[in-house]
Amino acid sequence: MSELINYRLHVNGVEHEVADAWLGESLLYVLRERLGLPGSKNACLQGECGSCSVLMDGKVVCSCMVLAASAVGADIVTVEGLSPGEQDLSDIQAAFLAEGGVQCGFCTPGLVVSVHDLLEHNPDPTELEVREAISGNLCRCTGYGRILAAVRATQESRQG
Amino acid sequence: MSTVTTRRPGRLGESVARPDGVPKVRGEFAFSSDLYAEGMLWGHIVRSPHPAAVIRGIDVSGALRIPGVRAVLTADDVPGRKTFGLDYPDQPVFAWEVVRYLGEPVAAVAADHPETARRAATAIVVDYAPTEPLTDPVAAIDADPIHPLGNVLYRQKVRRGDPDAVGAVVVEGRYETGMQDQAQMGPESGLAIPAEDGGIDLYIATQWLHVDQEQMAACLALPLDKVRVHLAGVGGAFGAREDLSMQVQISLLALRTDRPVKIVYDREESFLGHVHRHPSFMWYRHHADSDGRLVKVEARIVLDGGAYLSSSTAVTINAASFAPGPYRVPNAVVEAVAARTNNPPCGAMRGFGATQTCFAYEAQMDKLAEVLGLDPIELRLRNALKPGDTLITGQVLRGAAPVAEVIRTCASAPLPAGDPATMTEIALPGGAGRTADHNRVRRGVGFAVGIKNLMFSGGFDDASEARCRLEDGVATITCAAVEVGQGFVTLAQQITREVLGVEDVILAPVGTVGIGSAGSTSASRQTWMSGGAVQAACLAVRKRLFESVASRHGVAPETLEILDGRVVSLDRAVDVAVAEAAPGEVLEETVNFRHPPTAELDENGQGDANVSFAFAAHRAVVDVDLDLGLVKVVEITTSQDVGRVLNPVQLIGQLEGGIAQGVGLAVMEEVVLDHGRVRNPSFTDYVIPTALDMPPVQIAALIEEPEPGSPMGAKGAGEPPLVSSASAVVAAIRAATGLELSRAPVRPQDIALAGQAPSQGPVSSPTNGKVSP
Repeated sequence: MSELINYRLHVNGVEHEVADAWLGESLLYVLRERLGLPGSKNACLQGECGSCSVLMDGKVVCSCMVLAASAVGADIVTVEGLSPGEQDLSDIQAAFLAEGGVQCGFCTPGLVVSVHDLLEHNPDPTELEVREAISGNLCRCTGYGRILAAVRATQESRQG
Repeated sequence: MSTVTTRRPGRLGESVARPDGVPKVRGEFAFSSDLYAEGMLWGHIVRSPHPAAVIRGIDVSGALRIPGVRAVLTADDVPGRKTFGLDYPDQPVFAWEVVRYLGEPVAAVAADHPETARRAATAIVVDYAPTEPLTDPVAAIDADPIHPLGNVLYRQKVRRGDPDAVGAVVVEGRYETGMQDQAQMGPESGLAIPAEDGGIDLYIATQWLHVDQEQMAACLALPLDKVRVHLAGVGGAFGAREDLSMQVQISLLALRTDRPVKIVYDREESFLGHVHRHPSFMWYRHHADSDGRLVKVEARIVLDGGAYLSSSTAVTINAASFAPGPYRVPNAVVEAVAARTNNPPCGAMRGFGATQTCFAYEAQMDKLAEVLGLDPIELRLRNALKPGDTLITGQVLRGAAPVAEVIRTCASAPLPAGDPATMTEIALPGGAGRTADHNRVRRGVGFAVGIKNLMFSGGFDDASEARCRLEDGVATITCAAVEVGQGFVTLAQQITREVLGVEDVILAPVGTVGIGSAGSTSASRQTWMSGGAVQAACLAVRKRLFESVASRHGVAPETLEILDGRVVSLDRAVDVAVAEAAPGEVLEETVNFRHPPTAELDENGQGDANVSFAFAAHRAVVDVDLDLGLVKVVEITTSQDVGRVLNPVQLIGQLEGGIAQGVGLAVMEEVVLDHGRVRNPSFTDYVIPTALDMPPVQIAALIEEPEPGSPMGAKGAGEPPLVSSASAVVAAIRAATGLELSRAPVRPQDIALAGQAPSQGPVSSPTNGKVSP
């Protein structure tokens, strides 16, 4: 292909070189296939399911709908950047696990990103606000009940 | 996949966390679409744009001229059997001469970059002569065959008792259910790596590794041992992965190019590339005496099998066998037929066959209650199956059958508070759209009960193999049971800890190498079958451990037991940690577990075809906007017959998840077909429940009557939540609107435009698809 370009992306606090990439590649593709960050998922590639959710300059976006080359200069945080350490879990991640919010796990990274964003901006959401905040993240296994329980548990533990 | 291990204690009955949970929440779990190999190519499958056409020629030269394209394959390149299929190989790997459904594979490409592969796919010129697609399954039964094997995929009759029996009260109805998609989040994907021995290593998301291997070997013309199928992380399944998707095509591309090849479907290709739930067209007539006791059920059920057989046989048998539902019926005249059409192939989906008929028989029970002037719950209780009763197949219920208990507990649970007249607008039908007028919102309550068989049936030799290895207090379990999200990995560790008293349980990577088949992760079977195999292997190892300890301490093995991680004798003369009980010894046992044999149904549908059944009841509360036809499902209450709770949080996850798919089937989800063309192959247009659509689930009761013969007393729990939940939701909409609503999913126009002539037939409905008595 002729439209090959070089650029840099700032992901999870690290500067990444992207070399000889096709101009049409999505941010999701570049994260997964070029930068070794497959945590963001590819359930629909149409901006409908939220499995590819990442934070871009502090806002949740579907990385499948962002051209990677247009994300140059943005501060990108993926699910891999939300874990506090090599082995550790964030309180949200731990709650997803403890409350049964994970089954197949394909929607989980996107939900972790969405819930992280929700609780950053609204530390004490009502259940309806939680449902609305995660309504862009499709899950086919859980029926959302245990995911809502995980968010509730996180809220409660943060409030001590 | 990497080996999974955990040190967290947790035995049967506890809400143990998943061993794969940490990598899943961190985004580090390797799903099949996450795989990478040095030098890998990207594959792409070229699919038919027509539901029916003659292939006059295929010109691949344009694709081969594109720089970066490494291979293009068509039917001529399949070295072995050119067809595949779960039950019978009637489906082409690549179509030749004709295509029979929109999306049928015709060619495949491998290239350096996925975009190059996509462009190459569009550069392949297939000369099609489109023909008129056969899309009405009722008409298809007697139409000219569209396949050498004919248009009747399977036919199952059930005749019981007196066919001329007549009841004092008779109700009749026609019902339809639409084509539902499994919509598993993880798209079909895999990585094929050519091996030095001329064979292939395929890393793939599937439901049954060994049956994939058998089908692949036949098509690739390779011996079984050169086809090694390894399980990659599975992003949900629900039946969608029971048939082969890309397994043969991706392997052919890797073998041809001698390079690793990766294929990842996008969502549209996923919709086109796996089977769906059979649409059903059903005619029913129920006879009852004046007290409401069922006298006879007559049913004729036509299932749209689409272009190829897949698992239509099992779906048809289930539809016929469970045509009356969980009720005692002395007389039955039932026929179910799966017909071949030019619609997308249909096959396995959670609750297969039993979900479609539940929609009809539960609507019939409500009609019967109304005619009799009986409470619908009371009518169901009067007819509820109980142990010792005989099904219409002649099989006597030997196991637990707490049908009345699931009905009673579910029906008597408290109803949710709230009145549509005073609710906030966002909680009304239409939600954030704020479309509902409080005065035109009606609340309705509906009820449904279902029956589902567990495990493989009809004489199939259903087996699972597991190996347990114990060394210095660490147990390693090898079993090819596929984890699709349901939590078998958790259960396998719980069982091992329970039997052997160890804490550390390693689950070996899963594949076809070095272990026999575990059967499919379907039909609610893995807890019983592979759970049983793991338990049996652990028990065999424990026996050897006791023999070793006994000979070392001069006691009888029968006096030993495991308590708190220690091997102890009754008199405590022996008291040694499991980890130190057999120093230097490796204890390993492999067990092949089978459930008791079953029989094939005879020509009258009679026979002991099943091992076990599970029952569930659902009560739905809905608010309906009468003017716009919008439905808000307010709450679902359920009771389920589970045998024994092995992991409470995982069990609740199965119930809530299955109910969500039932809510979808009731009011949201349908693959819309227009003359064989799928019109909504995306999550934009095929809408599945979000967190705003899914109501709270109230679990009224988990009925724990241990199932005789079940290795841990538990029944499979995955399917019953879906079987009757959709029926309950539609019953609630009927109660709110007074409309007949004989078709699922219920669409807004079915409510808002009801009674307006001409009736608004769904585009997916066959033009003449009315099933006759």
